[in-house]
Amino acid sequence: MALPLAFFGVFFAYPVAAIVSRGLKDGGQWQFARVGEVLTDPAIGHVLWFTTWQAAASTALTLAVALPGAYAFARFDFPGKRMLRAVVTVPFVLPTVVVGSAFLALLGRGGLLDEWWGVRLDTTVWAILIAHVFFNYAVVVRTVGGLWAQLDPRQEEAARVLGAGRFTAWRRVTLPALAPSVAAAALMVFLFTFTSFGVVQILGGPHYATLEVEIYQQTAQMLDLPTAAVLTLLQFVAVAALLAVHAWTVRRREATLRLVDPSRTARRPRGAGQWAFLASVLAVIAVLILAPLVVLVLRSFDGPDGYGLAFYRALASADGNAGTFVVAPLEAIGNSLAYGLAATAIAVVVGGLAAAALTRREGRLVRGFDALLMLPLGTSAVTVGFGFLISLDKPPLDLRASWILVPLAQALVGVPFVVRTVLPVLRAVDARLREAAAVLGASPLRAWREVDLPLVGRALGVAAGFAFAVSLGEFGATVFIARPDSPTLPVAVARLLGRPGELTYGQAMALSTILMLVCAAALLVLERIRTDRTGEF
Amino acid sequence: MNTNLRRAIGTAAFAAVAFPALAACGGSDDSGGSGASGSKDKTVTLVSHNSFNASDEVLKQFTRQTGYKVNVLKGGDAGQAVNQAILSKSHPQGDVFFGVDNTLLSRALDNGIFAPYEAKGLERVPRKLQADAGEHRVTPVDTGDICVNYDRAYFADHKLAPPQTLDDLVKPEYKNLLVTENAATSSPGLAFQLATAAKYGDDGWQDYWKKLKSNGVEVVDGWEQAYNERFSGSAGGKKAKGDKPLVVSYASSPPAEVMGVKPQPAEAPTGVATGTCFQQTEFAGLLKGAKNPEGGKALIDFLLSRTFQEDMPLQMFVKPANQDAKLPELFTKYGAQVNEPGTLAPEKIAKNRDQWVKAWSSLVLK
Repeated sequence: MALPLAFFGVFFAYPVAAIVSRGLKDGGQWQFARVGEVLTDPAIGHVLWFTTWQAAASTALTLAVALPGAYAFARFDFPGKRMLRAVVTVPFVLPTVVVGSAFLALLGRGGLLDEWWGVRLDTTVWAILIAHVFFNYAVVVRTVGGLWAQLDPRQEEAARVLGAGRFTAWRRVTLPALAPSVAAAALMVFLFTFTSFGVVQILGGPHYATLEVEIYQQTAQMLDLPTAAVLTLLQFVAVAALLAVHAWTVRRREATLRLVDPSRTARRPRGAGQWAFLASVLAVIAVLILAPLVVLVLRSFDGPDGYGLAFYRALASADGNAGTFVVAPLEAIGNSLAYGLAATAIAVVVGGLAAAALTRREGRLVRGFDALLMLPLGTSAVTVGFGFLISLDKPPLDLRASWILVPLAQALVGVPFVVRTVLPVLRAVDARLREAAAVLGASPLRAWREVDLPLVGRALGVAAGFAFAVSLGEFGATVFIARPDSPTLPVAVARLLGRPGELTYGQAMALSTILMLVCAAALLVLERIRTDRTGEF
Repeated sequence: MNTNLRRAIGTAAFAAVAFPALAACGGSDDSGGSGASGSKDKTVTLVSHNSFNASDEVLKQFTRQTGYKVNVLKGGDAGQAVNQAILSKSHPQGDVFFGVDNTLLSRALDNGIFAPYEAKGLERVPRKLQADAGEHRVTPVDTGDICVNYDRAYFADHKLAPPQTLDDLVKPEYKNLLVTENAATSSPGLAFQLATAAKYGDDGWQDYWKKLKSNGVEVVDGWEQAYNERFSGSAGGKKAKGDKPLVVSYASSPPAEVMGVKPQPAEAPTGVATGTCFQQTEFAGLLKGAKNPEGGKALIDFLLSRTFQEDMPLQMFVKPANQDAKLPELFTKYGAQVNEPGTLAPEKIAKNRDQWVKAWSSLVLK
C-alpha cells in the first residue's frame, strides 16, 4: 500500500495540487471569490450539463451495444476470435484526430450513410455518441467478457434444472455475478466520456464543449489558471461523487465466485438462434469498428498514382522529399513500444500492489484509497502535464526534460485499469482457498503465489494489455510534457497532419495504419501469453 | 513519507533498469544533460513548440562553428509552448525559447521570461519586424502570412474568379464557400480575426463578421479539420470529399501542397487570396535563469544566420526574417507574393485579444 500511495502522492496529488493552488492563490492570498464567479457563470453551467448528459447517454449506448459482444466473446468459439478481440481494442489507441477523420468519412457529408440513406450525422451530437461507442466498445468487452468467460455455466444450468426459465436463471445467477464488472465497465466508460476531449473537439466542432475541453482551453490557450483551477476542482467533485455512487452500489454485490478456465466455457454456437446472435454481434463490429479502420487503411494506400505503397515508401526514405523530414517513423515505433512497456510495468506493479492491498483490508480509508486511484481518469491531461512542469522541477525530484515523465503520466491512466480489472477477480477468490493453503503450512507469500497469482494471472494479462494500449495511444500528457525529441507514433501522426501537403497527409495515414498494426500485434502477443498462463491450472 | 518517496523513485529506476530498450530514447538526456543539470557548458537547450524543425546537418554546423551541441525540447502547439515557458520561468527548461509569435508576445514579455540580448545580424532584419527593438528581449526569426486559400479547380470549373480581398468574401457569389477555424482555439483562426480587426478597426470588424456569417462562413475547431477535411483543394480534403473551396490557411500552403509531388506541376492546386492576409512574426529569446547563457546567445545568433534562415522555409514553411536569406525555388515558383499583409502592434493585440475572442465567439458561434 505504501508504494501505490507514494506513487500517487508524488506523481499525481502533488503536481495537481501545485497547479490548482497556483491558480487560486494570488500573491499568497487564496482567491475564493473566483470560485463563486466561475460557478455562477451560466456558460459554465451549460458546459457541465452537456458534459453530464452526453456521458450518461454514451455509457448507456456503449453498454447496450457492447454487452452482447462481451457475451459472444465469452461464451462462443468462432474462427478468428482472438484476432478480432485484438482488433476491437485498436480504436482505443488511435489518435482521435485520425479517428475523427475516418468517422466523418462514414457519417459526414458524402459518407456511406449519406450516400445510402441521405443521413448526415456530422454536425449532430449523434456523431459524438457513436464515436464514444467506437472508442469504448473494447472496455466493456474486455472487462465484462473477461469475467463472464470464467463464470461456470453449470451454475446457470443447475438453476435451469431446478425449474428456472432461461431469463430467470440468467437474472438470478449470472447477472448478480457479473454486476460488479458491468458496474466497473460502466464507470470506466462514463469517466472516459465525461472527460472526453478529442472526439468532442473534432466531431462536435466549436459548438459543443465538455468540461475537459474548457479546462484545456483555459489552461493551454488562455493561461487563465484561476478559472482552470475552479473547473478542475469542479470536475474532481463530479468524479468523486460518481465514484461514491459506484462504491455504494457495488459494495454489497461483490461475492466470492467460482471461476473456471475460460477455454472450457466457450463453445461453438448451436442452433439458428445462436448463430444469428453471433452474426449480429459480428455485423455491429464490422460496421461500427472495422469500417472506420478500413477507411484509414485505404487512404494510406491511395497515393498520387492510384493505389500503391507510395506513402509507405516516403516514410521509409530517410531524407524525405525535398529534404524535409518530420519524424523518423521507425524511431517513433521504437519510442512508442519502449514508453508503452515502461508505462505498463509501472502500472502493473503499482496497480497490482494497490489491488492486493485493497482486497486484504477493509474500512473507510481503504475505500477512499480505491476512489483516489480512479481520480487520474477524471483529470485533464493538461492539468497533469502542466502540474509536472511546475512541481517536478527542483531537487530532490528534478525530472525536467526527463523521458520518464511520459511513461509516468501514461501509467497514471493505466493504474486504474489494472486495479479495476484485477480487483473483482481478487475479491472473487475464495478466502477458504488461502486458509486451506495456510493450514497446510504455506506462508502468506507462498499462499499468495500459489493461490491468488494463478487465478489472477489472467486478469493481470488483461490489465497489462489495457495499460499498454492506453500508453500506446496516449497523446495528451505526451504533448503537454516538453521532452527531448523522441516522438511517439500518435505524436508523429499529429505532426504530419499539422502540415499541408499531399505527401504529409498520406504519410500520416500510413503511420496511423502502422500504429494500428503495432497495437494489434502487441495485443495478440499478450493474448497468447495469457492463454499460456491459464493453461497452467 | 521519506521512505515512500525513495521507493517511488526506486520504481522509476526499476523501470529504467528493467527496460534496456529505453536506453535508446533516454540516451539523449544522459549525453545532452538537458540544460538543467550535468555538462552545462557543452550543451545548449532550445525550448520550442511541436512545429519546430531543422535539418540535422544545419544543427551539426552550429556545433562545428561554436562547439555547442543543441538539445531541442518540444512542447505542445505554439500557444501551449509559450504558456509552458511562462509557468516554468522560475526553473526554466532550457536556455533559449523559440516560437513566440506577435499574437502572444506581450504575454511572454509581461511575464518577464526573457533576458535582453541583441543578436548579431539583427541589422539585416527589417525594422518593422523588430517588435522589441528598445530592449531586445526577443529577436525576430521568421514571418508567415495567414491568408484565405482557394481551390483553383473549383473556381475554374465554376467560371468564377477567386476572391482576392476581405471585401470579396462577403459577396453573394462566394456564399457558403469559406471554412475557417475557431479563433478561441486555433492560431490561424485567431489570426484571421485579427486580419479583420486590422482592416476594419475596433468598431468595424464585428459588422464584417455579421456579414460573413450571413454569407455562410463555416467554423470548425482546428486547422487540421478545416484544411484536411473540409477544404476541397488540399490532398486530404480531396480524399475526405471536402466541400469548401475557400479555407483560412497559410500563404505557404500552396508550395507545401506540391512538395515532393512528382512530376512537379506547373502550378499548385491551390492559390492565395493575397488581400486577406495577416502577418505573424515568430521570435526567439534568451530565457532568464538559463544555465548556459553564452551558448544561448550563440544559438540566437545562429538562428539569424543564413545557414539556418535558408534551411527554415522547407522545414517550417515560414519566411526568413533575414533579408539576405534566399527563398528556395519551391517558394518562389509556387508561393504567393503577399505585399501588404495586415498587421497589428503586439500591445494592441495584448490589450484586446481576450475581449475580441469573447465577442467573436458570441457573435459567430452562438
